[in-house]
Amino acid sequence: MTPKAPARDGHVLLDPSQIDLLIHVLLRRDYEVIGPTVRDGAIVYDRLSSVDDLPKGTTEEQEGGKYRLKPRNDSALFGYTVGPHSWKKFLFPAITQLWKAQRTNGHFQILPADAKSPQFAFLGVRACELHAIAIQDRVFLEGPYVDPNYESRRKGIFLVAVNCTKAGGTCFCDSMGTGPKVGPGYDISLTEVLQESEHFFVAHCGTKKGAEILAEILAKPAGKAEVALADAAVEECARHMGRSLQTSGLKELLYRNTESPRWDSVVARCLSCANCTTVCPTCFCSTVEDLTDLTGQEAVRVRKWDSCFVTDFSYIHGGSVRATIRSKFRQWMMHKLAYWIDQFGTSGCVGCGRCITWCPVGIDITEEARAIGDAESSVNASV
Amino acid sequence: MIQSLESIIKKHPFFSDMPEKHLDFIAGCAKNVAFPELYTIFQEGDPANEFYFIREGLVSVELVVPTRGPTTIQTVSEGEILGWSWVSPPYRWHFGARTLQRTRALVFDAKCLRMKCDEDHDLGYELLSRFMSVVSARLDATRLQLLDIYGRHN
Amino acid sequence: MGAIIEADIAGRVVTDPMVPELFRIERLKRETEDTFTLELVPVEESTKISFLPGQFNMLYVFGVGEVAISISSDPGQTSRLEHTTRRVGVVTKAMGLLKTGDTIGVRGPFGTHWPVGEEDGRDFVVVAGGIGLAPLRPVLYHLMAQRERYRNIVLLYGARSPEEILYKRELERWRGKFDLEVQVTVDRGASGWRGNVGVVTPLVARAPFNPSNTVALVCGPEIMMRFAAMELQKRGVPPERTYLSMERNMKCALGYCGHCQYGPTFVCRDGPVFRLDRIASIFGKGEI
Repeated sequence: MTPKAPARDGHVLLDPSQIDLLIHVLLRRDYEVIGPTVRDGAIVYDRLSSVDDLPKGTTEEQEGGKYRLKPRNDSALFGYTVGPHSWKKFLFPAITQLWKAQRTNGHFQILPADAKSPQFAFLGVRACELHAIAIQDRVFLEGPYVDPNYESRRKGIFLVAVNCTKAGGTCFCDSMGTGPKVGPGYDISLTEVLQESEHFFVAHCGTKKGAEILAEILAKPAGKAEVALADAAVEECARHMGRSLQTSGLKELLYRNTESPRWDSVVARCLSCANCTTVCPTCFCSTVEDLTDLTGQEAVRVRKWDSCFVTDFSYIHGGSVRATIRSKFRQWMMHKLAYWIDQFGTSGCVGCGRCITWCPVGIDITEEARAIGDAESSVNASV
Repeated sequence: MIQSLESIIKKHPFFSDMPEKHLDFIAGCAKNVAFPELYTIFQEGDPANEFYFIREGLVSVELVVPTRGPTTIQTVSEGEILGWSWVSPPYRWHFGARTLQRTRALVFDAKCLRMKCDEDHDLGYELLSRFMSVVSARLDATRLQLLDIYGRHN
Repeated sequence: MGAIIEADIAGRVVTDPMVPELFRIERLKRETEDTFTLELVPVEESTKISFLPGQFNMLYVFGVGEVAISISSDPGQTSRLEHTTRRVGVVTKAMGLLKTGDTIGVRGPFGTHWPVGEEDGRDFVVVAGGIGLAPLRPVLYHLMAQRERYRNIVLLYGARSPEEILYKRELERWRGKFDLEVQVTVDRGASGWRGNVGVVTPLVARAPFNPSNTVALVCGPEIMMRFAAMELQKRGVPPERTYLSMERNMKCALGYCGHCQYGPTFVCRDGPVFRLDRIASIFGKGEI
């Protein structure tokens, strides 16, 4: 008897072996399955071939400038948060060839690069990351020009989201309104529940495609009790955030304080290393390189990730507009928390905490925002 | 239409808002003057006992630079004041002035005004504060010139 | 220039906007020691050139790179594009070595334009510094072509020295017209120069226009635009009727490489022409 596809708003139950089945079903459908896996002492996103590739029984400890993997005392498949990779690695790759050109004497022809991109299935997208993808969609798909590279990679993605049940040390999605519970945009969402000897997943289907896949992996309807346990786990997670950011009035606060003394004090620590922009899931800056081969007859145009912290980022004839670390840090933070709102209608920050964890000196965006507010209040108080 | 000296002076923003009695005195120290083109009005080092209000034409403020000859630093034209070396000792011109076009101006007897300013400090204040604005604006322009903003290594 | 141009800037573009169209160099004219003008015609002959004064193109030199250069031709001219640029970097230096007949890549036009079409009956004062005259030339052509729509038109142009005055023949022609006031000044004179010497900004104070009915267009180095804007405001031209052309590093001109950000704006998309009141809070602020 073929199992009925669950109702679109129904919850279903899965056990860990069905997660393995999920991966195999997606592979059989020619998806490239990308998900979390352990490599080089961190949990990164890479190709998965089975459930064994997932970081089972692993978690991490995150703080400003600190990331360590730690074993768990259970076999949770998703018992960690986010690592140095984000999904932009696949949607907006670090290096992309845009086109090739061929020269004969003074003339040349342009040969468009094949925009053939793989069909991805993302397994393990957290709530903050779902928001980050939507934010990059707004940049690359909803402006006056559409980026065909991003578009072809984004189209047809199968997205399996995971609700976080353990908050990371630097997480603040709760105060950003971006998690820990996933919002719309997934094909399937999963919440992992570990209770004494029980280990199951409450899944929710978000699209018709999701329903088909859930049917194929023989998902059973979930009971009220199981759903309640899942919801409780997510709610508990929301209460244990490592950080928080006061967003109300933040844009205006930053606009008022472009000359705050706090910018001078952060300069003593910031190395302008660009780690924060590399790990940030919403940062979208890129550069273009035009290169030739040794004969000089064939040229390529390549797009690469770039960062506002890079020395010549704002270079125009003779010098950089933003030459000091002070101005570059200010640009990064003001863009993320203020300018972005005027440009794209939302904050550029999703509260994932990566910039705090991966900053070698532990600069904390939430602390800096608070300090700027405090600096302004103390000036106002003394007036 | 031939305007009287007084009306020219009173209408110009440089002099306007000055109390009537000062304006009358100043007008009394003024004379109309006309120069042909390429005429040297004064040379560097000459005694500075007058200043000019250019009504029409173009005047080159210049320095004689060894191996370069007379070099124009700036030009002064219609509606502008030429010369403030009369204000401070040794009352000698720091630059030369030569017309580039036929020029009409008002020339003010600065020696006479200097003496009157010594007596009447109110007049002194009125005149010098206005000259201060002229010098300040000229300095701003000179600083911009110095930056060589259109230059090769912008 | 094909699909990219025909599409409304606010609409969506389907072709890859990072792929240039091919143009041929018809002439490379030396303007001054470090400035030259490229005259370009499309390789695809049926292509019609269409742009608004103030917009720019991204010009690609094979294997070297791309650079944003304002369009400086007559917008009424649909078969040819002109770009005037200084040789300041790797790409523009390579561009200066190209020959007639060589192919060059063109993407565009991009960006906002000078306010033409909505300012009938106004006085126009155009203040240009150095290479800043190039992005203003198209609007001057437009003003001359539609002269009867406007009242006083004044061009104030400051160059570094007499040898570095751009478009000399054109300026002489314009200066000869009775209905256009052209004043040229140089930062440093030269023997034989009998014109104004000094920066362009003080010319604003004396120029013949009515501040309460004037639109001001300013283009040049940022510091020159700052002082010009101050002089204009001193004379009573409000920031709502003062327009500037800003410049920032550009890699894509499409609003997603992030390089041209200027506060919350993208110069490639919200500029390069900005109305002064809209950027008043960041204009002149250091390192923004």
